[in-house]
Amino acid sequence: MSHPDDPADGPGDLPAARGNPSADGGPGWLVLHRDTLKVTGIWVFVLALGGAIPTTIGVGSGTSYGIALAWVVPAVALVVLGSVIADDVRWRHSRYRVTPARMELHKGMIFTTKRSLARERIRTVDLSADPVQRVFGLVKVSIGTGEQVEAGGPGQTPQTLVLDPVSRDEGERLRALLLDRAPLAADGTEPGVRVLARWDPGWLRFAPLSFWTFALAGIAVGGLFQVLNWFGRESLPVDTTRDIVEDIGATQTLVLFAVVFVLVGVVATLALTLEAWWAYRLEREPGGTLRVRRGLLTTRSVSIEEQRVRGVEIVEPLGVRSAGAARVDVVTTGLRADPKSEASTLLPAAPMTVAASVAAAVAGVRPGGRLRRHPAAARARRLRWALAADAVLAAVVSWLAVASPVRDFWAIVLTVLAAAACVALVLLAGDAYRSLGHDLDGEFLVARKGSVRRATVYLQRQGIIGWRVSQSVFQRRAGLLTLTATTAAGARRYSVIDADEHEVLEFGAEAVPGLLDPFLVRDPPRSTTAMIIGDPPHHGGVGRR
Amino acid sequence: MSGATRLRPPRNWLDHRVVAWWRAQVGVLTAVVVVPLLILGLLIAPARPWFLIPAAVLTVVGLLAVLLLPPWWFRIHRWEVTDQAVYTRGGVLWQVWRVAPMSRIQTVDTVRGPLQRTFGLSTVTVTTASSAGAVKIEGLDHERAAELAEELTRITHDIPGDAT
Repeated sequence: MSHPDDPADGPGDLPAARGNPSADGGPGWLVLHRDTLKVTGIWVFVLALGGAIPTTIGVGSGTSYGIALAWVVPAVALVVLGSVIADDVRWRHSRYRVTPARMELHKGMIFTTKRSLARERIRTVDLSADPVQRVFGLVKVSIGTGEQVEAGGPGQTPQTLVLDPVSRDEGERLRALLLDRAPLAADGTEPGVRVLARWDPGWLRFAPLSFWTFALAGIAVGGLFQVLNWFGRESLPVDTTRDIVEDIGATQTLVLFAVVFVLVGVVATLALTLEAWWAYRLEREPGGTLRVRRGLLTTRSVSIEEQRVRGVEIVEPLGVRSAGAARVDVVTTGLRADPKSEASTLLPAAPMTVAASVAAAVAGVRPGGRLRRHPAAARARRLRWALAADAVLAAVVSWLAVASPVRDFWAIVLTVLAAAACVALVLLAGDAYRSLGHDLDGEFLVARKGSVRRATVYLQRQGIIGWRVSQSVFQRRAGLLTLTATTAAGARRYSVIDADEHEVLEFGAEAVPGLLDPFLVRDPPRSTTAMIIGDPPHHGGVGRR
Repeated sequence: MSGATRLRPPRNWLDHRVVAWWRAQVGVLTAVVVVPLLILGLLIAPARPWFLIPAAVLTVVGLLAVLLLPPWWFRIHRWEVTDQAVYTRGGVLWQVWRVAPMSRIQTVDTVRGPLQRTFGLSTVTVTTASSAGAVKIEGLDHERAAELAEELTRITHDIPGDAT
């Protein structure tokens, strides 16, 4: 990552405005970078072009292009000018400062917002820059405490201050200052920083193996129809398809379309992955922070305080796993609540050895060890689910083939697909069973499950703040039980599913000493009376007052 | 490993009035479905059987549920508070046991719905730093719930820790 401006100033350089003229309002107040006006102007111009070009073509083809331009050009100019003026107003009324105790931001002209965060509670300072901002050497800084006031109401977002934008040096200065880290050296690296993992372009080969390949291709097809709809040519794909079928035959057309569909998806996932993960670097900074930096066009930097890390999760979606690769997510408190968001990803899909070494470096776990197996009854459950789904599928397909006017060709295609799906479901059931496992690894609880998305969580035993034990009627009959550890980090709950009902309770008792123990009975059970052990005296009056 | 380790039931039962409260809940739920069906059946003559027959069936099912389910639930729902943890058992077809350690408890709330109030009951909710870790004790005597909440608040205050 390059740093065009020379970061000559030392670490002790407190709020002395760096190229930012102080607006007003007393000492220490800083303003955002003035170039935000240019950035906004360019973005609005680009977006306006996106609307203006189709409009010009549409209007122009009806009348003349001169008339169309005469309308469209002033409209675009007006929109761009308006947004720049609006941004100027925003710029004039935004200022921030860092005092020894607090980080403050004032913004807004009509509705003024004054927000301040206590500096000792600041946990994240994330930098990101879109392509235009990068041209001007600007970054957006998000400063957060990472706290969610869950008791105060669900869905409350963490407290965050956003400075959009400041110069990159100012962003790095704020990051170093607020996270209490050593500032950057002149070559852009920090003293004492250890690089744990670095982007390898070869990892791109794992990108198309995700389900996104199909999702993105589907979106592309949908987009194509939408665009054709705008131009009133909805029938074009149908006509084209008919022509192709007449030329080369139905089966060949189907294969051709499938190949094109997959190719589109592959290109799309490659492009997205390249954009998101180019120049990826995972670093450990001296102050006890993990930092993920990545991005081709938009650059992102996410800092994670190691003190808040409660474990890691090694995620192996089916496709990625078949290529011997895995992704590593961090299980931490204070990061955005959504565990699916990319903010928690420490390592994108990479070879298993890399994933294991990152997990080892971050949490000190040793992935790849053997886990305790689950009882065969768990496999039987999964097979039953698969066979039930197979039966439904078979019923639907036979109904389609017999009772509905599906033509011969499509009936055959459907039957082949359904048969393949039936076999796949049974195979997945077996795979899901083999995925199940749990164990203790030093200070971590290890739980693995899932087939389509196999995930192995390494959860710090210290981070477990409660248990939830659940057993359905079917599980009870099969002697199985699900043990869920609740935690303040990551997905908030991690489960050992369908384990042996006796063994897993001992396991839970061992994982967090003293918590489950008082509620366990280890005597050989007198199964009929198990319900009434320790009843208070009035249990005879059940259900009646 | 010992042959049979089980969770023992928590020591305490809910207040007996909870059965009546549950009956009222199931009854209201049944009425919410059945009454509109009845009204529609009376208003729309041609489709009358299509509304009245389901209404009759649902009424029977609802009445059976009112009679049989709450006593069954009562036998399963239990709770217990020790110096170390809050422990509950609930659910019927899916039984759920929850344990929340005292040292991790963040807030203790008592809530009374309008229907609960008529039965003199309260719900005590214990939350931890995990949004998946809340433990609810539904259907305690109002006074008992207030005492319990106070006691829990005192105990959790005495135990140091950042609750995460």
